[in-house]
Amino acid sequence: MKNKMKRKGPVLAMAGPVSIWMILFVTLPMLFIIYISFMSRGTFGGVVYEFSTESYTTLLSTVYFKVIIKSLKVATLTTITCLVLGYPFAYFIARKPREVASKYITLIMIPFWTNSLMRLNAWLLLFQTSGPVNNFLVETGISSEPITFVYTDGLVALGLVTSMLPFAVLPMYSSIEKLNKSLLEASADLGANPKKTFKNITLPLTFPGIFSAIILTFIPSLGIYTVTDMLGGGKVLYIGNIIKNQFGVIRNWPLGSALSVLLIIITGLLIFVYTRFAKVDELEVV
Amino acid sequence: MKEPIVRLINVDKVFGTNTVIKDMNLDIYKGEFLTLLGPSGCGKTTTLRMIAGFETTSAGTITVEDENIHDKEPYERDVNTVFQSYALFPHMTVFDNVAYGLTIKKVPKLEKKEKVMEMLLLVQLVGYEKRKPDELSGGQKQRVAIARALINNPKVLLLDEPLGALDLKLRKQMQVELKRLQKKLGITFIYVTHDQEEALTMSDRIAVINEGIIEQLSNPQDLYEHPETKFVAGFIGESNIFDGKVYEINGEELKIETNSGLCAAYGKNYIVGENVNIAVRPEHINYSKTPTEEVSLKGRIRDFTYVGNFVKTAVVMEDGKEIKISRFEMDNQLQEDDQLFINWNPTKAVVIRANEK
Amino acid sequence: MNRVEKKKRRGRILSEIYAILIYSVLYIPVFVMMAFSFNDQRYNYYWVGFTTKWYGKMLTNTALINSLWYSIAIAILATVISVAIATLGAIGLQRYEFRSKKFVNNMLYIPIIVPEIVLAVAILVVFMTVGVHLGLGSILIGHCTFCIPYSVVTIKGRISGDNMSMEEASMDLGANRFQTFWRVTVPSIMPGIVSATFLSFTLSIDDVVMSNLLAGAKQSTLPVLILSMNKSGITPDVNALTTIMILFIVVAMILNNIIKGALKKRKTKEA
Repeated sequence: MKNKMKRKGPVLAMAGPVSIWMILFVTLPMLFIIYISFMSRGTFGGVVYEFSTESYTTLLSTVYFKVIIKSLKVATLTTITCLVLGYPFAYFIARKPREVASKYITLIMIPFWTNSLMRLNAWLLLFQTSGPVNNFLVETGISSEPITFVYTDGLVALGLVTSMLPFAVLPMYSSIEKLNKSLLEASADLGANPKKTFKNITLPLTFPGIFSAIILTFIPSLGIYTVTDMLGGGKVLYIGNIIKNQFGVIRNWPLGSALSVLLIIITGLLIFVYTRFAKVDELEVV
Repeated sequence: MKEPIVRLINVDKVFGTNTVIKDMNLDIYKGEFLTLLGPSGCGKTTTLRMIAGFETTSAGTITVEDENIHDKEPYERDVNTVFQSYALFPHMTVFDNVAYGLTIKKVPKLEKKEKVMEMLLLVQLVGYEKRKPDELSGGQKQRVAIARALINNPKVLLLDEPLGALDLKLRKQMQVELKRLQKKLGITFIYVTHDQEEALTMSDRIAVINEGIIEQLSNPQDLYEHPETKFVAGFIGESNIFDGKVYEINGEELKIETNSGLCAAYGKNYIVGENVNIAVRPEHINYSKTPTEEVSLKGRIRDFTYVGNFVKTAVVMEDGKEIKISRFEMDNQLQEDDQLFINWNPTKAVVIRANEK
Repeated sequence: MNRVEKKKRRGRILSEIYAILIYSVLYIPVFVMMAFSFNDQRYNYYWVGFTTKWYGKMLTNTALINSLWYSIAIAILATVISVAIATLGAIGLQRYEFRSKKFVNNMLYIPIIVPEIVLAVAILVVFMTVGVHLGLGSILIGHCTFCIPYSVVTIKGRISGDNMSMEEASMDLGANRFQTFWRVTVPSIMPGIVSATFLSFTLSIDDVVMSNLLAGAKQSTLPVLILSMNKSGITPDVNALTTIMILFIVVAMILNNIIKGALKKRKTKEA
């Protein structure tokens, strides 16, 4: 029928480009690294197309296994810190009138328009051996000699938390903001004190936002390598660094792919749990 | 004189596995105000959208001036729509909204301006042309939507619950205005609403639709006084509906046996034992404290409801069925829990065949 | 003041102090970064003395300036391509039902959620295997691959049921699909398109991971240059450049707000 034919055109013109792009540059590459992760490494790097589970057994060897565990630990700590610091902050903003709140939100975003590496570098400048923080500590006598902050896990953690905090605050803010204020009043009216109201009403209802925050901080901190590069000085290595190295200097593609697959699996598991328990179809991202 | 302008011939509409319009036949005459009335989800809006071209028919034909419009895009059809939520373009001024149809047709500027001002005059919005839609009240938005739809001189104007978002008082006022506008312009209006009072007020003819089927198509008075189906009797105004069986036939006078007792009505071509419904309007029910005539049903007063210009009395019959009686004034002789006998003039009762839908 | 009011007031003051603390943590690196652009030292190790010379000297640092232009060019191209594809895509995905719709929607979430390094590595492996030359083209593809999903999500949020009936109204009044798209659909989702443009540009110009892996040997973007400088020490002229960039953005934002405010005022006056 003429009518039906006519209606197919617009669908193709509109959804076509995005679909093709996603298939070419997301679906295909993702499938390809899963495939590569089951191949053998070449003697001089690259891939030999023979089936092998070697990369996965390598992952379980102590060196890599330790890095994976450490990365998971750091990502978990970063996430918890961001949640604990971010929730009260998000709550504070959400209770402001809408126009004021949007200004506060912009105020969170502005620092993020500064180059992220330069912001990380600033922490280094601040905490280096002869930097302002150490000067202060020595001059006030709090510490007898400069403390080595640079290239430690502690400084990397600081960098991670400050990089991730807004991604925890924004989704939590939007779900707290959506919370109907009369529910809190109803709870108070029915005899619950603020603590009980928070536990029984606010927390459960803003859970989707909290879970979004978990995903948006945990997963990136698991894969990020710029923070460790900038603040860990090559001494601190997480999964992200190891993956990058397999495609740079070391050229062990199957191992790098296997590590990527691991990250995909962890991401997938979290999303599965999210959609299952937060009872939300779509992640609140933007 | 009665010349159909829009014809629906054996029209079906299926969404997935759900048939929302079943074999619909409807002729809409030139210059009339026809209302599609029914509860939400009955298919009335779908019918309108098929005429506008936003939905295709699954089977059957729709013609406008004897031309099959199946393969015509919405923008190729000589009908225009006033949308439920107005659908005004928020980034355009009132002027540009009304002018939109002419802008698309590339009508010269001067002619366009003249035509737009004429339309704004018609809907009493002169002076508002520079405003944006979000600076207008609900009623004003409604007028813009009407002006915008009329500027293309449509053969038929489709209105999809256009007054639904307005408050009661404004709605009543707009009902009168719309009716006058339609008379003045002589354009065919096809109007969709779920508000039976609105339909009765404005329409020349009303098609009552239920579950994708036209239950009855007639003028407002006939619809109210002679409902042809149980659904129509219940949907248009208020009715006390009794289920029963024909017990005795005496010429055109019927005796009908219901659970509440034996009652009377008039009807042709019935046979004894046939299942029927009897519908009686609350204002047509008579009552007395003692059984008066041969036909009277016994009940007990449950309560009174005061509704401004009249009083409703709820009576529970012996079988537990509740019926309503309405009067303009409170009867001081009556009290809650009083025993009451009710009857009615058989000419005021409407008999409906139960096996017919 | 009664007991309840006192308690409330104390809570308010505490929460305000807390907010200030959080904001400080977010702003400290920015101000430290700016401060060190005035440091009179060849490499930024510790504070020596005040100078403004780096603001002049950065212009002679050709590697720095080249990488800046490269980054800006990539950001503009990536933004234009992504927003164009995403605008069409967002409307198409919101408006029409087709078989692979759910699949495409899910694919769009991958670049947003999966760590960027994974996607970058995956694209790199495909390019290397197929034999795609790494350079401007590969970086652009990499950037668009994360800019498109963010843009689609941003624009989709702006399309509501109202848009649907507005488009129907437009077609009802005689406009064909093409006219309707340009006259009604695009203007009505303009705020979403603007946000998507801004977001894409920001994401692209600050990106390290894709640019780093897909750059090839020749020209690197500004963030990649900074990352490589980190080993030997970042020179204060980079701080100077970054300071100018952030000031540029903030001034542009303030101007934008002033213009918006003025327009609103004029409008209310007219009305």
